Amino acid sequence: MSNDPIKVIDETCVGCQLCVKACPFGAIEMDDKLAVIDLTKCTLCGACVTACKFDAIEMRESEKVQADFSEYRDVWVFAEQDDDVIQSITYELLGEGRQLADDLGMKLCAVLLGSNVSEQASELITRGAETVYVVDQPELTHFQDEPYAAVISDLVKRHKPNILLCGATTIGRSVISRIAVETGAGLTADCTGLAIDPETKNLMQTRPAFGGNIMATILTPDTRPQMSTVRHKVFKEAEVDASRTGDVVALEVDKALLASRTRRLSFVPEEDTIMNIAEADFIISGGRGMGKPENFDLLHELAEVLGGGVGASRAAVDADWIPYSHQVGQTGKTVCPKIYIACGISGQIQHLAGMSSADVIIAINKDPDAPIFSVATVGIVGDVFEIVPKLTAELRKVLGK
Amino acid sequence: MHFVVCIKQVPEKNDVKINPETNTLMREGVESIVNPFDAYAIEESVRLKERVGGKVTAITMGPPQAEAVLREAISVGVDEGILISDRAFAGSDTFATSYTLAQAIKKLGDVDIILCGKQASDGDTAQVGPGIATHLDLPQITYVRKIEEIEEGRIVGERLLETGYEVIESSLPCLLTVVKEINEPRLPSLKGKMASKKAEIPVWTAADMDCRPEYLGLDGSPTKVDTIFTPPPRGGGEILTGDPEEIVPRLIEKLKELVVGAAS
Ligand SMILES: Cc1cc2nc3c(=O)[nH]c(=O)nc-3n(C[C@H](O)[C@H](O)[C@H](O)COP(=O)(O)OP(=O)(O)OC[C@H]3O[C@@H](n4cnc5c(N)ncnc54)[C@H](O)[C@@H]3O)c2cc1C
Ligand SMILES: Cc1cc2nc3c(=O)[nH]c(=O)nc-3n(C[C@H](O)[C@H](O)[C@H](O)COP(=O)(O)OP(=O)(O)OC[C@H]3O[C@@H](n4cnc5c(N)ncnc54)[C@H](O)[C@@H]3O)c2cc1C
Ligand code: SF4
Ligand code: SF4
Repeated sequence: MSNDPIKVIDETCVGCQLCVKACPFGAIEMDDKLAVIDLTKCTLCGACVTACKFDAIEMRESEKVQADFSEYRDVWVFAEQDDDVIQSITYELLGEGRQLADDLGMKLCAVLLGSNVSEQASELITRGAETVYVVDQPELTHFQDEPYAAVISDLVKRHKPNILLCGATTIGRSVISRIAVETGAGLTADCTGLAIDPETKNLMQTRPAFGGNIMATILTPDTRPQMSTVRHKVFKEAEVDASRTGDVVALEVDKALLASRTRRLSFVPEEDTIMNIAEADFIISGGRGMGKPENFDLLHELAEVLGGGVGASRAAVDADWIPYSHQVGQTGKTVCPKIYIACGISGQIQHLAGMSSADVIIAINKDPDAPIFSVATVGIVGDVFEIVPKLTAELRKVLGK
Repeated sequence: MHFVVCIKQVPEKNDVKINPETNTLMREGVESIVNPFDAYAIEESVRLKERVGGKVTAITMGPPQAEAVLREAISVGVDEGILISDRAFAGSDTFATSYTLAQAIKKLGDVDIILCGKQASDGDTAQVGPGIATHLDLPQITYVRKIEEIEEGRIVGERLLETGYEVIESSLPCLLTVVKEINEPRLPSLKGKMASKKAEIPVWTAADMDCRPEYLGLDGSPTKVDTIFTPPPRGGGEILTGDPEEIVPRLIEKLKELVVGAAS
């Protein structure tokens, strides 16, 4: 019992309930004028410790000896490639990684796995990588969870990076979760903010949780590397500068690491997906208010004019008006475009969870009380069937298309 | 075959409210439910059992109340549930959570397929599934949208990617994480409801499993939540009403600034 990570000191607690109000997780209840923490709900966020004016709540530090991290150097970025094309998320990570590396006075490096990828390695240098570690093997042509995880874990153990960043893509999340466990490192998911604590030099990783309703800043103080995944469009791409120079270091790995118990038999591109909306700068989304599948043509036209993609609410997907890959929200995709236009979408919390971090939100809805208006940068109360075609026509003129 | 499905109990609603007096978050009277993605994992495990025979065991790590999600699973065809619960697990991050679940699966013995949801709706990391696979040194297929073939020692599944899907073959045992597209979960049958009421749910504590204490709970968690805050409210912006002939040009003016600004 005494080993509980957090506890109320009964003798000191005066029953003022400040901590109850402060706890974001409803983990504290009063029992006979004493605060009692429900450990199954508590996330050890520490809010109550700060709130208690009587120092009646004690949080135990974890029993890790402060290790020496001086050997852990450099900021690494996992360079995701698909069919030999470096994915744009990699450039976004290099953009942010540059800042972190500069703040730490360390080097920015990329890790590239594949076969015949020397050209891609040079591209990474033009985007700011000072060293590119390349493992070039036929077995690594296409992403496979086990060899990719084994090879990168091996490099991490040998070269000891301080930070390892990875895209929060399907592939990225699958591989980095394995690497974190294999190397015993902490991994923070879907970061929207990364910064170096000037004093401790720890990486402060800020991420949304509970469907974007709260933000948490997470630290990995006792282990290295500090690992984070980052979603698309959260950070700006590193600019190309052809004059940059850097080292390409080709590394040999033990053949055993290349073994895989899974095999990729084929890849089937989705015909319908003209654009992966997770990467789109402009998204036009339709909901139940679109009425029927044919009406989505209006949205496709507008998307074409803007050079964007089409999204949808779950109601539209469930009605089979548009495939699931277009669904935005808690159980669909999380998107972060520059402009999100919601057409005939009421704005339920599960939908907002997927799009509320867009830079600009335009909502078109005939119900002035629709919750979507509470997050909209510009809200239009009106009929989508009147507004959207006009908007498309006007924009076409303005953009000269 | 022996299927194990991992279920997390999550709060039904994610909407945390702000207490206007204290400017802190409030989560009141939240009901707990089966993580939405895990419902698909449960359904798929039951379908696989119906296809090739065997049994399904559901496991959850959580407080005593989490037993409810196991009963729910039994009501739709899962054979047995095990609750993994101990104060020592408090403060687990995904490393410690996946370690603890992996130790429980080890104790179960011969397991052919482990199924997880794509991600949990509260913690939202999608890290626990691959974490379990790594702790157990098993292959994985993540984001599975369809199982094409299953036979002794081999499975072929479709993994959903951003731009399509890939068909992946894996040896067994292996771990799968599933997406919503994979199936339509069934409703409980009368027989299922009876079974769920009657079921005995064993509780495993840290002492029941072969666990390294330094991998559990707070001590086993490399990530630490440092601070929690509410995102700055977006606040409603400008609302345009009236004649479309008038408001569309006004919107265009705004968009023009924004598009030009964004494109440069
Ligand atoms: C566990 C869980 C997960 C979920 N995950 C998601 C998710 O990932 N994504 C998601 O989107 N939803 C999700 N939902 C569903 C969500 O709760 C809502 O049901 C859904 O988002 C509603 O979609 P909608 O806004 O299109 O439909 P509605 O709520 O029916 O809204 C339709 C809107 O269209 C407007 N309208 C109608 N006609 C017109 C017109 N001619 N012109 C202008 N406006 C018009 C109406 O005023 C109304 O506001 C989830 C729900 C649960 C329980
Ligand atoms: C605000 C906040 C932020 C957090 N951020 C991080 C972070 O960035 N990194 C980190 O390592 N931890 C983090 N945690 C801790 C993390 O949420 C917990 O470890 C949690 O128990 C598991 O993670 P998840 O909810 O993300 O599950 P996911 O990895 O999203 O769950 C995937 C699947 O794993 C299975 N599963 C998950 N948990 C259980 C369980 N308890 N029992 C049975 N099956 C289960 C289910 O099948 C589920 O569908 C955070 C916690 C909070 C409160
Ligand atoms: S804030 Fe401190 S003194 Fe007040 S009830 Fe909570 S623990 Fe007790
Ligand atoms: S540490 Fe955070 S979650 Fe735990 S009781 Fe205190 S305020 Fe609540």
